Amino acid sequence: MEAMNLNDRFEDYIAADQKIEAKDWMPDEYRKTLIRQISQHAHSEIVGMLPEGNWITRAPSLKRKAILLAKVQDEAGHGLYLYSAAETLGVKRGDLVAALNEGRAKYSSIFNYPTLTWADMGAVGWLVDGAAIMNQVPLCKCSYGPYARAMVRVCKEESFHQRQGFQIMLNLCHGTDDQKAMAQDSLNRWWWPSLMMFGPNDESSTHGEQSMRWKIKRFSNDELRQRFVDMTVPQAELLGLTVPDADLQWNEKSGHYDFGAINWTEFFDVIAGNGPCNKERLEARNKAHNDGAWVREAAVAHAQKVKARHSNQTNAA
Amino acid sequence: MNQSSSDWPLWEVFVRSRQGLSHKHVGSLHAADAGMAISNARDVYTRRQEGVSIWVLPADAISASSPVDKDILFDPANDKVYRHASFYDLPDEVKNM
Amino acid sequence: MTKDEHFEWLLWLADDALILAQRLSEWCGHAPVLEEDIALSNIALDLIGQSRAFYAHAGQLEGLGRDEDQLAFFRTDRDFRNLLLVEQPNGDFGDTIARQFFFDQFALLRFTHLAQQSFDTEVAAIATKALKEVRYHAAHSAEWMIRLGDGTEESHQRIQDSVNRLWEYTGECFESNSFQTAAEKANVLPHAESAHQEWMATITNILSQATLTVPNSTWMQKGGRQGRHSEHLSYILAEMQVLPRTYPDAQW
Repeated sequence: MEAMNLNDRFEDYIAADQKIEAKDWMPDEYRKTLIRQISQHAHSEIVGMLPEGNWITRAPSLKRKAILLAKVQDEAGHGLYLYSAAETLGVKRGDLVAALNEGRAKYSSIFNYPTLTWADMGAVGWLVDGAAIMNQVPLCKCSYGPYARAMVRVCKEESFHQRQGFQIMLNLCHGTDDQKAMAQDSLNRWWWPSLMMFGPNDESSTHGEQSMRWKIKRFSNDELRQRFVDMTVPQAELLGLTVPDADLQWNEKSGHYDFGAINWTEFFDVIAGNGPCNKERLEARNKAHNDGAWVREAAVAHAQKVKARHSNQTNAA
Repeated sequence: MNQSSSDWPLWEVFVRSRQGLSHKHVGSLHAADAGMAISNARDVYTRRQEGVSIWVLPADAISASSPVDKDILFDPANDKVYRHASFYDLPDEVKNM
Repeated sequence: MTKDEHFEWLLWLADDALILAQRLSEWCGHAPVLEEDIALSNIALDLIGQSRAFYAHAGQLEGLGRDEDQLAFFRTDRDFRNLLLVEQPNGDFGDTIARQFFFDQFALLRFTHLAQQSFDTEVAAIATKALKEVRYHAAHSAEWMIRLGDGTEESHQRIQDSVNRLWEYTGECFESNSFQTAAEKANVLPHAESAHQEWMATITNILSQATLTVPNSTWMQKGGRQGRHSEHLSYILAEMQVLPRTYPDAQW
């Protein structure tokens, strides 16, 4: 009887668009799904620092260097907010990080692609952050309070990320012939992986339905992907760039863009660990973690020493 | 490598965004001690001029009311409307009240 | 002080900040803990900001139309005037902290004096703002010196090694040359010897709190202020300057 009342109350909250908070009762599956989703999101932010961090030392002006560094720093912050939100569900950050480093946890497939030119900083900001924003704005209204609030913070910061990326593309497209070519080449390589960021088609998506019922996921993969295409194609036209999709066409009847088939083999390969940079990304994260162990241990040891001295003084007094 | 010897405890962070407002909970972070927690909180939560004062608290120092007790703790206040000024109807002629 | 000497002196300030920021940027995504990734990036951002202000001022003073990017991206390493200390490799976290510690305490003294002088009011303004940033940087690096020095046996050994290795680069901060003497006479900068002593007192104090020993060698590296750098700088610049040099007509 008691469990059913708690479950009823939980379902009532969900139905009334009320937030579930950290210590509220929740079904195990809801908790597990949230931990999985939030931690994947956090891992994505952390791994996402690497492809963009790759160009900070080579940014072509001091202003761009500062902007890119601030952006990547924000990503670390986002990872942090999300790990914090996950920890309210009873997991420890250390365990989540271990899962990532040991290859047991997923993160957004897009970050397994390499950043080969400065134009990629533009494309990543414009397309990848654009796609991320598309996913994240609805999450500001998700049912779990700490996650929703973290997302509000993230979204506020994310909008500068997309704008700075687009500004980079704009400058390139209005620049020299070399710069224009750099921008087009970048779009050619980042377009399809960005579409893949929204995940598999709805019919092949495993977690979708339950997450929708619990208001953890507000829109389907295909809905978001379509919205992204509709929003982004005019932006590409404004830049004077060609989207690398021969089947892309405005459909007057539906009021949307029809677009070509996604290479799902590539998508599932990359998810399974066979993308251009999967191994490098994990190696980098493991190296940072392992190389830093002595530092973390020193901080703990020092804090303990200080505490011991303090209590010795208090005892002696 | 011993995982637990290098795990830093969790701290909850409260920020006063402007003089005159109270501290608000903004999230959490990991730090080895209180001084580090404050510096980290400054770097993580006030980059966009969002703070004039920071409080940090070890997460396990917080005691919370149980959500299961929500109704016994808070519902009884609902029917004591006489605690609100709007409950009291006064003639229009009465000024300054 | 001639205009050339004045201009060159501004490059000391700008180049110190930029090269150190460049080194710190290499940590992004690789720090021992997420919170420290954010902290090091913040320090780098402050330093980039300082360098931009000094480059802009230097360019205006020079009067040849060179802006911050032209000064940062189109000078060779023989024209850079940063301390040898700031171009040393990041090494492990301890090497980075020790480098930062030595530099921050020097920057604190330098900006305190620069904020008070009226010879160059633009520099006084930049220094006043920078002082707030540098105080925070100095607290951060000093606290870490103590944590690492008085942490575990391993951290104690590592950070002592870092201190020993970088010690010979610290003297250059207080180098005396014709420019420095002229600046002292003009009361723009404090006497090098007294600044060095003040720095030494603070360093000794903090190292002792960290249970570390102060190296007793007095031989010091030099040359950075004259454009004779270590082998590291041309690699740093090759990476930093590659895009503007490859596309000299481009705006970004």
